[in-house]
Amino acid sequence: MEVRVTNVRKEFERFPALHDVSLDIRSGELIALLGPSGSGKTTLLRLIAGLERPTRGAIFFGDEDASQKSIQERNVGFVFQHYALFRHMTVADNIGFGLKVRHGATRPSAQEIRRRASELLDLVQLSGLEKRYPAQLSGGQRQRVALARAMAIEPRVLLLDEPFGALDAQVRRELRRWLREIHDQTGHTTVFVTHDQEEALELADRVVVMSQGRIEQVGTADEIYDTPNSPFVYSFIGESSSLPVKVDNGEVWLADRPIGLQAPPHAPSGEALLCFRPHDVELLDGCSGCIAGTVAASRRVASTRRVELEVGGERQRVEIELPVDHPAAQKSRVAFRPRRWKLFPAS
Amino acid sequence: MADPEIKTYEPHHESQSAAVTESRPVRWVAMGTAFAFLAVFLLLPLIVVFHEALAKGIGAYTEALSSPDTRSAIRLTLLVAAISVPLNIVFGISAAWAIAKFEFKGKAFLTTLIDLPFSVSPVISGLVYVLLFGAQGLLGEWMKAHGLVILFAVPGIVLATIFVTFPFVARELIPLMQEQGNGDEEAALSLGANGWQTFWYVTLPNVKWGLLYGVLLCNARAMGEFGAVSVVSGHIRGLTNTMPLHVEILYNEYNAVGAFAVASLLAGLALVTLVLKTLLEMRYGAEIAAARGH
Ligand SMILES: Nc1ncnc2c1ncn2[C@@H]1O[C@H](COP(=O)(O)OP(=O)(O)OP(=O)(O)O)[C@@H](O)[C@H]1O
Ligand SMILES: [Mg+2]
Repeated sequence: MEVRVTNVRKEFERFPALHDVSLDIRSGELIALLGPSGSGKTTLLRLIAGLERPTRGAIFFGDEDASQKSIQERNVGFVFQHYALFRHMTVADNIGFGLKVRHGATRPSAQEIRRRASELLDLVQLSGLEKRYPAQLSGGQRQRVALARAMAIEPRVLLLDEPFGALDAQVRRELRRWLREIHDQTGHTTVFVTHDQEEALELADRVVVMSQGRIEQVGTADEIYDTPNSPFVYSFIGESSSLPVKVDNGEVWLADRPIGLQAPPHAPSGEALLCFRPHDVELLDGCSGCIAGTVAASRRVASTRRVELEVGGERQRVEIELPVDHPAAQKSRVAFRPRRWKLFPAS
Repeated sequence: MADPEIKTYEPHHESQSAAVTESRPVRWVAMGTAFAFLAVFLLLPLIVVFHEALAKGIGAYTEALSSPDTRSAIRLTLLVAAISVPLNIVFGISAAWAIAKFEFKGKAFLTTLIDLPFSVSPVISGLVYVLLFGAQGLLGEWMKAHGLVILFAVPGIVLATIFVTFPFVARELIPLMQEQGNGDEEAALSLGANGWQTFWYVTLPNVKWGLLYGVLLCNARAMGEFGAVSVVSGHIRGLTNTMPLHVEILYNEYNAVGAFAVASLLAGLALVTLVLKTLLEMRYGAEIAAARGH
């Protein structure tokens, strides 16, 4: 099922949690909402589910306007951050709940519900735990039951709020792979929320980066990582360094020196922000047209060395990464030029 | 059958013992005082009640209990409880549901209102009904014209009892429901359940022990209420006397055995309530403590 969010705004008692958000989710896609705490990820997910109503804008499921429908009618599978399993029901009853509450002819027989439940338990690799209560399960197992319960209603869209948020790193990684497999098997259109970029980049077909109630960028892991379209995305995804620079005459200047980078043709002259990845730099010996600085701090990070340089007249700090055995790692002055970089208008 | 749901709550208990740092003698004195106090003010009267009731032997006791007026008092008390307790269950659950799960204007006011019967003397509550429904009352004329009798009759007693007992269920459930939040309900709705199914299959089971506890207290009070009922009852023997009122009448007539026999039933009810309450607290303590912690 294709989901379209069009110009949605959501206010909570006048406080805007989402400003004019639009997003097209393709059918069968596994898409991640990624952003810092408070950026509106959960709010967007709840709006899609129908747990909240938009202040403005609409949400379409296929061609039909879902904003007019209640959560029951939308037929979405929602997996809550803290699972929200029914504690007084067994695992099988939890999974079968969505079928049991159906009316009339659409409601399967008790036997059929039981069969569906154990089928789903197989799918989430928990066969044999039908009779357990949620309190008798580990966090990872509860998570899987919650997913099985959401899938039991054959939802048109599967929505997961920080599905692995409460689990330890090891279990997270396992479940992540497993969720991908389940998704490939069942083909549900799936939206999941996370604030773990590794999780988003690894798992999702496309990633939606959010900040302060807005969507900053939507794209595949490669697009997001290689061509971030704002300083925020640059700094939020992966490591990044930035320097305030000036564009003049098609050249990029740091303080009073050109640093040997040609500004793109359409870049306006004036203040700008230069962003690049610390590891994506070219080290230079001499310096005419480069960024040079004195080493202010240096630390070993796994197989590389992170060096913090003070550059320019205002002693801006900028971080770059060097191979441990590189001679420059020993020096007190280092010159470099970013290999891949991007200019953003100064804010 | 140990319900697994208790386990998840256990961490609640821990912090308490750490706070006890007083030296041993101080603790003994404190505990001794408490027990002595309980013995004098609670246990002793209880013993006296049963002692007096059985002073003239078991025969006199059963005879006292089988007198027609006593029987009618017992029947009336049971009837009043049978009407007011279910009504207050419905009211208590709806009020708690509304207050805990929804945001609306006047919520704080409603919460305060629920506590009202706790903060006014029961006699005043009774008097309010007299002012409303009495012959000279606000609605007196109108009711007379329509042939409605509330005061000095069973409906008045029921109304007064409902009034004094309505906080019990609601007060027990509100903090419990607030603590549990909306997560389970939202999950049920997202799975396609309608409001009623959500309530019946999810909300209610989540609070069932707290509810039972509230009902127990509500019932004990409904059967034992004296003040408010005394004002509206009119004390008509065999008609509008509840057990507590009947005890007073018998006692004033120097019928000690009769008075204490009926009193022993009320005391017995109190004991049963106490035992059930303790059992509930033992098994579902944490859930109920959540309500207490308010
Ligand atoms: N029910 C609500 N009432 C008032 N404000 C709310 C409500 N729900 C969310 N907000 C506000 O909306 C903003 C976005 O919240 P949201 O829960 O969507 O963030 P999030 O991206 O999911 O954050 P996190 O990663 O911490 O879960 C926050 O500033 C939050 O305080
Ligand atoms: Mg969230």
